Amino acid sequence: MTDLLLKIRGLKIEGRSDEIWNPIINGVDLDLRKGEVLGLIGESGAGKSTIGLAGMGFTRDGVRISGGSVEFDGIDLVNASAEVKRKLLGSRIAYVAQSAAASFNPAHKLIDQHTEAPVQHGVMSRAESAADAVELYRRLRLPNPEEIGFRYPHQVSGGQLQRAMTAMAMSCRPDLIIFDEPTTALDVTTQIEVLASIRDIVEQFDTAAIYITHDLAVVAQMADRIKVLLKGDEVEEAETREMLSHPKEDYTKSLWAVREFKRPQKPAVAAGATPVVSVRKVTAAYGKVKVLQNVSFDIHEGRTVAVVGESGSGKSTTARCITGLLPPLSGSIQFDGVEMPADYRKRSKDQLRQVQMIYQMADTALNPRKSIGEIIGRPVQFYMGLRGREKRRRVEQLLDEIELPADQYFDRLPSELSGGQKQRIGIARALAAEPRFIICDEVTSALDQLVAEGILKLLARLQDDLKLSYMFITHDLATVRSIADEVVVMKEGKVIEQGPKAEMFRPPHHAYTDLLLSSVPEMDPDWLSNLLKERGVDNIGDAAVDKMG
Amino acid sequence: MSVILWILAALAAISLSGWVFRLAGQKITGNSPRFRDMPFAVAFGYALAAAAVLGGVWLWFQPGATFFRWAVQGFVIFAIAAWLFRLLGRAVGTAGTRKLFRQMPLTASFGILVILIYAVLSIFAGVIAPYGQAEVFDQVNALPGGNAATGGNPDHLLGTDQIGRDLLSRLIYGAQNTVGIAFVTTCIAFFLGGSLGFLAATLQGWLDQVLSRAVDVLMAIPSLIFALLLMTIASAWAGSEKWLLTVYMVLIIAVIDSTRVFRLARAVGLNIVVMDYIEAAKLRGEGLRYLIFKEILPNAYAPLLAEFGLRFCFVFLTIASLSFLGVGIQPPLADWGTMVRDLAQFINFAAFSPLTAALPLMAAGAIALLTVAVNFVVDWMLHRTSGLKD
Repeated sequence: MTDLLLKIRGLKIEGRSDEIWNPIINGVDLDLRKGEVLGLIGESGAGKSTIGLAGMGFTRDGVRISGGSVEFDGIDLVNASAEVKRKLLGSRIAYVAQSAAASFNPAHKLIDQHTEAPVQHGVMSRAESAADAVELYRRLRLPNPEEIGFRYPHQVSGGQLQRAMTAMAMSCRPDLIIFDEPTTALDVTTQIEVLASIRDIVEQFDTAAIYITHDLAVVAQMADRIKVLLKGDEVEEAETREMLSHPKEDYTKSLWAVREFKRPQKPAVAAGATPVVSVRKVTAAYGKVKVLQNVSFDIHEGRTVAVVGESGSGKSTTARCITGLLPPLSGSIQFDGVEMPADYRKRSKDQLRQVQMIYQMADTALNPRKSIGEIIGRPVQFYMGLRGREKRRRVEQLLDEIELPADQYFDRLPSELSGGQKQRIGIARALAAEPRFIICDEVTSALDQLVAEGILKLLARLQDDLKLSYMFITHDLATVRSIADEVVVMKEGKVIEQGPKAEMFRPPHHAYTDLLLSSVPEMDPDWLSNLLKERGVDNIGDAAVDKMG
Repeated sequence: MSVILWILAALAAISLSGWVFRLAGQKITGNSPRFRDMPFAVAFGYALAAAAVLGGVWLWFQPGATFFRWAVQGFVIFAIAAWLFRLLGRAVGTAGTRKLFRQMPLTASFGILVILIYAVLSIFAGVIAPYGQAEVFDQVNALPGGNAATGGNPDHLLGTDQIGRDLLSRLIYGAQNTVGIAFVTTCIAFFLGGSLGFLAATLQGWLDQVLSRAVDVLMAIPSLIFALLLMTIASAWAGSEKWLLTVYMVLIIAVIDSTRVFRLARAVGLNIVVMDYIEAAKLRGEGLRYLIFKEILPNAYAPLLAEFGLRFCFVFLTIASLSFLGVGIQPPLADWGTMVRDLAQFINFAAFSPLTAALPLMAAGAIALLTVAVNFVVDWMLHRTSGLKD
């Protein structure tokens, strides 16, 4: 095979912690032909990014390649000198990171950062490279390709920045680009745009790519072949269509099955029942900027209301109004038919207890200096007045409730837990207050699919057991499908559409709901192509949102 | 002119030897990555270090370099002591402390050892010191060493000062006075600055504005001059009550230094109050005291502790400076700053008796040693806590 570009054989990588080298990758083989796109998927900690970086002959600090070989176009990257690597990186191998916002230097204009590599490698002069940048921006369908390069990174949106980064990676026309979760941090509508433009440009220049992601539907659109990783080992590898239709290994099948979780439909709410929480015509503003306009919806006992919308649509602000962190300008929040004071400081202890919150980032929601026992024990003591042995028993009971063995976890610190376990602790802390209503703010969006499914199942079980009501804020419509009873669609601070889930997922929709629904990637490898055909190339993502006004 | 030429020639020679060293390394090791990827600057650094070591060896054998030899000897002795101390720490103690010592760099164990020695000296000064700090002897003998054959007095190991007070005793009592007062002052500064800083960060609004602007005004005045000014006023208030002046000094330095602590505590606090767990605690209905002491403070320990080490050094130096200028700790209390001032003239005898000239350097060295030690420990703690976060 002469067109083999990247050849990895028996790659072993170790990471150093507490003076010991622990294996991260235990012998992985990888072949990439010219112009081919390989998808690497797996949960976090599977070693996807580590392999991606090793494909550039690079390891992070405290990590070393302990065995195997990495050959790029016949060049041995493991033993190559710094000089040789410097010539390859940027010019023949490029890297696109997950967070473009963190990868661009905020002090320089986009085009100055774009032209740096070509000039450095002597591929183009600065003027040529600048002209080429405009061309690349145009091909990546960035708005105002002539001018956008003269902006600073903070002056363009996240999706545009990610495309500018892709353009930068393309600046030397590399043979290989490594994409490390480039769309994970983006909204569904923006994600489509980035996916479509990345796919186009990779095809146009016949560039080989390694596409790292944990989202199966995304990888199905992008990759020719898919490799599934688990804890540093390869599970299986196959052509995309083959892999989607006939996965061989159990682990792969379980990944595919995650999306199947659905709750049975609940009977309709009795007419005239008092809702647990009722948001009545709430208008709110940060300073002079109005972020919520006339938002109204009800949440009934034992029901889950999903609030959907892209970032900036006012989902989280609604939650802040309900909890009283942001007193609304007008309108009211009713609990059990009684109006609650707008400011949380004026609410009684019991009112505060009834409304609890679970946060998106479990890392910042748990005090890193407190043990699990203290974190869950505090609301138990604060609201219930339990102390000493009684308190401990209650905390153990709560840990039991969230399926973590109490004796092992009671004295641990949050940093000693995995992401999913931390999120469970957040749930236990909310439950400790024995509330009737819980706000779940994007609770699964930072988690892997398998772990997220576990959290959703736990929440569903708790709802049935304790008759809880949830307000479920999310931008992931797959999550809505699996857990919601009712759906509220928000855009620019207004409720666009609301109703029971079954109705919402059945046409006819409001145009914006339709756009949101159709933007959720599906497992069908032809989905993106079909969608683009349907909508027209210039009518996807932000462009479509803008057109709708 | 010729000096510049000499420096240029030396630089060229070092560059050349660095280049040769790298080339030789590449040849001998068969192009191993260490030498192959070595930037020229690193090779130059190796050559420069080698040149410095050679220069040191040459200086060692020069007849006039008494102080250099002492410094090197002291350095080696302390390094060995620190190494032995770390070895001891690894063998004795609980599993936790043993692990701590295993991962400790030599500089940190040196710092801890020195701080321990100072702590023991200052706490047990009354027992350890051979004489009282204000005791005056008839026989003035400014020759340290206690060797009667060369004219020293075996009763006074470090000799006496001009009016016949035993210097060793005063040095030990100085640890008690200077270090003790500096410690108390730093604690007050931290209590003041820390609590107000966290309060400003948590409540924000007008309280934050008032406190921050007040701190800005205080910080705009050069601190040593400001302290001197206030001390002059205070000495008028204190009158003949010497101890009252020391109390005033502690308060003045504490207030001036608390402005720096306030800034840090507020900045750290602002980063913590935006966390979701603070929001969760607020929504739970927790009071201000719980928020500050149970939620914010535990997360601010690392930067505050590091600042404590640095601030302690600055307070300590301020006290020594004020004493040197005559408005700090008042005689007859022994104090290192005052000792440096009183013994300063002895420097003039360096040509005849290096030992005598070393006397004022003893007190100065005691100050320098503690400052270095504290900074080593602070560096290590900072490194450890920042490493843990990643």
